[in-house]
Amino acid sequence: MTYIVKPKFHHPELPTNSLGYTHRDYEGSISTLCAGCGHDSISAAIIQACFELNIEPHRVAKLSGIGCSSKTPTYFLGNSHGFNSVHGRMPSVLTGANLANRDLIYLGVSGDGDSASIGLGQFAHLIRRGVNMTYIVENNGVYGLTKGQFSATADRGSKSKRGAINTDSPIDLVAMALQLGATFVGRSFSGDKKQLVPLIKAALEHEGAAFLDVISPCVAFNNHPGSTKSFDYVREHNEAVNRLDFISGRAPIAVDYEPGTVEIVEQHDGSKLALRKLDADYDVHDRRAAMNFLMERQVAGEIVTGLLYLDTDGEELHAHLGTVEAPLNALGERELCPGSAALDKFNAGLR
Amino acid sequence: MPIESVNDFVVRFANVNGSGSASANELFARAVLRMGVPAAPRNIFPSNIQGLPTWYEVRVSGSGHLGARGGVDLMVAMNPQTWDKDVASIEPGGYLFYDSTKPLPPSKFRGDITAIGVPLTAICNREYTDPRQRQLFKNIIYLGALSALLDMDAAEIEKLIGEQFKAKEKLIAPNIHALHLGRDYALQNLKCPIGLRLQRSAAVGDRIFIEGNSATALGAVYGGATVCAWYPITPSSSLAEAFSRHCARFRVDPETKKNRFAIVQAEDEIAAIGMVVGAGWNGARAFTATSGPGISLMQEFLGLAYFAEIPSVIIDVQRGGPSTGMPTRTQQSDILLCAYASHGDTKHVLLFPEDPAEAFEFAAQAFDLADRLQTPVFVLIDLDIGMNRHLCRPLTWDDARRYDRGKVMTAAELEAGKDFGRYLDVEGDGIPYRTYPGTHPSRGSYFTRGTSRDRYARYTEEGGPYVDNMDRLLRKFETAKSLVPRPVRRNAEKPTRYGVIYFGSTSPAMDEAHEMLADSDIALDLLRVRAFPFHHDIADFVAGHDQVFVVEQNRDAQLRALLINEAGLDPARLVPILHYDGTPITARFIVRAIGEHLDSRKVTPLRKVVS
Repeated sequence: MTYIVKPKFHHPELPTNSLGYTHRDYEGSISTLCAGCGHDSISAAIIQACFELNIEPHRVAKLSGIGCSSKTPTYFLGNSHGFNSVHGRMPSVLTGANLANRDLIYLGVSGDGDSASIGLGQFAHLIRRGVNMTYIVENNGVYGLTKGQFSATADRGSKSKRGAINTDSPIDLVAMALQLGATFVGRSFSGDKKQLVPLIKAALEHEGAAFLDVISPCVAFNNHPGSTKSFDYVREHNEAVNRLDFISGRAPIAVDYEPGTVEIVEQHDGSKLALRKLDADYDVHDRRAAMNFLMERQVAGEIVTGLLYLDTDGEELHAHLGTVEAPLNALGERELCPGSAALDKFNAGLR
Repeated sequence: MPIESVNDFVVRFANVNGSGSASANELFARAVLRMGVPAAPRNIFPSNIQGLPTWYEVRVSGSGHLGARGGVDLMVAMNPQTWDKDVASIEPGGYLFYDSTKPLPPSKFRGDITAIGVPLTAICNREYTDPRQRQLFKNIIYLGALSALLDMDAAEIEKLIGEQFKAKEKLIAPNIHALHLGRDYALQNLKCPIGLRLQRSAAVGDRIFIEGNSATALGAVYGGATVCAWYPITPSSSLAEAFSRHCARFRVDPETKKNRFAIVQAEDEIAAIGMVVGAGWNGARAFTATSGPGISLMQEFLGLAYFAEIPSVIIDVQRGGPSTGMPTRTQQSDILLCAYASHGDTKHVLLFPEDPAEAFEFAAQAFDLADRLQTPVFVLIDLDIGMNRHLCRPLTWDDARRYDRGKVMTAAELEAGKDFGRYLDVEGDGIPYRTYPGTHPSRGSYFTRGTSRDRYARYTEEGGPYVDNMDRLLRKFETAKSLVPRPVRRNAEKPTRYGVIYFGSTSPAMDEAHEMLADSDIALDLLRVRAFPFHHDIADFVAGHDQVFVVEQNRDAQLRALLINEAGLDPARLVPILHYDGTPITARFIVRAIGEHLDSRKVTPLRKVVS
């Protein structure tokens, strides 16, 4: 299939969003990943989220590192600029891009090899800085492109396709993101589009570093019995703490909820999140409680999913740096060059 | 015989770092300049914060020779740890200034130098009770004593103290008092002046006194840099810090008080260059400042920026390598590392400014070149230029100058249907068009990657398109030759078979050596290389001489290797003159090395002339 160029024609009555775009305007070229790959479901969720959010595709910059997951930006938002950078270094490239133009929407796509091994440092420092972006890790616990080595998120005791048992402790990127000060942290499953799409929408609208760990089984190398990242295993152990409905800023809240079961949270841009609690004890605004909860459930063998932490008062990097509202890449000589008179004065101070 | 010299000598201050001597020593250098006499100070310091030996050397040169000279005429020996070596390094007939509070045995002195003792500690202990004051004012007291011994104008020092403490006025009087404690002691108890003297002159003119790192950072401000990502490393840290300072002064929106710049101290050099690449990709002018070890770490990104064609500026303040090497010593040893940074076939644009004034210009120009050529551009300075104040011509800027943002396709051009291929060579100069992300809803987007691709940025591993692209990159590098600063040639007064190629911080020493050799009837034509890729002037210059000395500050003759490799020059004609002990190269060294070479070829007996 992969050699076929995607046809441009589409059904004349394909629904359009408020910008007049159809779903097709958010697609990219045909995926070259394995049939059934979880990553393709995530790409589809991204497409749907952007379509429903009425985002102009060209106002998104999509950046990635190296690996199967990092190839996916080719398969969505074909009218966006994309940057497939170097292994584990998407965070720094995205940080620089964001500094250059604060007006675009930044979407970073990475994998567990890219972010938890070679790029662990850059992942951590991007989160620390509060770069305004959505950071999606397509987490399959395995190196797919190099054919099945364990990654750093593979659980201890998990079995590889060749039968080797992983003896190293796993890195939990969600726990790290929480510890490092991410203002939006979620975990989801590529097989649960209903959960994933609203999470991506909320993350895209979040101002600050929004981190999403999406378990995305590798059908070729990590979908066998004994793996803790297989479709079957994740389905069996998935424990969602909440269900999210994303409500855009302009729309009135028309959903009818049972009183007491839903919390409405407003983000910086006015968009609202309707959080339907599935676990009565879980509070998405309490970072410490979230960390405790995750640790407890991890010991119990559960994979906790949903919106895990949200801080709507956080600041993003541009606020820390006090940069002007205009994108830095739009400034010219007039704003940037102090000129010869200032230089003469500068010289005079050095004599 | 004690040395007798007016406006031409070297003073070296031997101190302990962290003792507050630096500002007193700098006052000395500034006072010499205020008397109209050119001077070149140099810091010789350890990779340490407190307690280790540090030296500050001031070369006073009425005739304007600002390179390191070598040798010491007056040693201000304030560090007992280094006493023996310091005393041994004084030229015969030179002077030793020391704290005579505690008597020292005669074995600690030399018979062929003049020892001048001032009981600095005793004066301090009598005058001050606070230990920190005793420590700090001791420096000003020795400065006062030196002012008398060298016949300096004390009023100039007082004026400088006034300027230095303009914001803390209550410190002015005590400093001036301390100055006179030392000065009066010397005038009353010692023979003043000694054989070394300063005489007011008018040789400084309108020149300024500035550190290379500060000037380079200001060049980045003038050149329109808005993003700076860096990681602290000696000797480049003060460059990023100077950029912060200059931005706070020149780049804050007067109305909103918001910043027209973003500076990020990254977690390492890899992230620093990654941010520069990201910002450059997105249309901002971005740079990083680092040193050799940082460039080593940045290799992968530099290859990406070369291959994906992303404007980026890297300022390398070179230090002694390899590895951690000599972090606080100077070298020109990153030439090959930068020229061929990263795996695969790469070549990068390098600029070699000679002093702070040119570093200011080249730093600004680097951003135009990076945008025009869509590639990394390196500005190579070194610790000698970067971390020392230099007397140099004032910085200048032409207000009519406009930034060259290179080939950027606009929304209007895309809308009009102009064909956009990210790696399409439209004009035959090897430089394609790019678009900034977010330009147009349906045209001009492309995927940037480090993998091979065709002219329209589509992934391919086919040989044809790959070779097509690699050859275009070579064409682009050829185009760069006409854009980078040309070499500067200076001919001897008479025709000669000998030439010299040099670059960067070697300039002042080479200028002086040129004069010294001319005085002994050795005529040399000079060519100062200012950039890579090499202009054809360089090959012409070599072709016009039998022998060309290539003077550089590294062990492996890196510029010479690059010349042979890239300009196709005959190695037999290129004689390496190499200085690499971490100290700045001197005219004496160059004259001796060239002299020895010519001697060995029995051209003319030089040794007695230069010794």
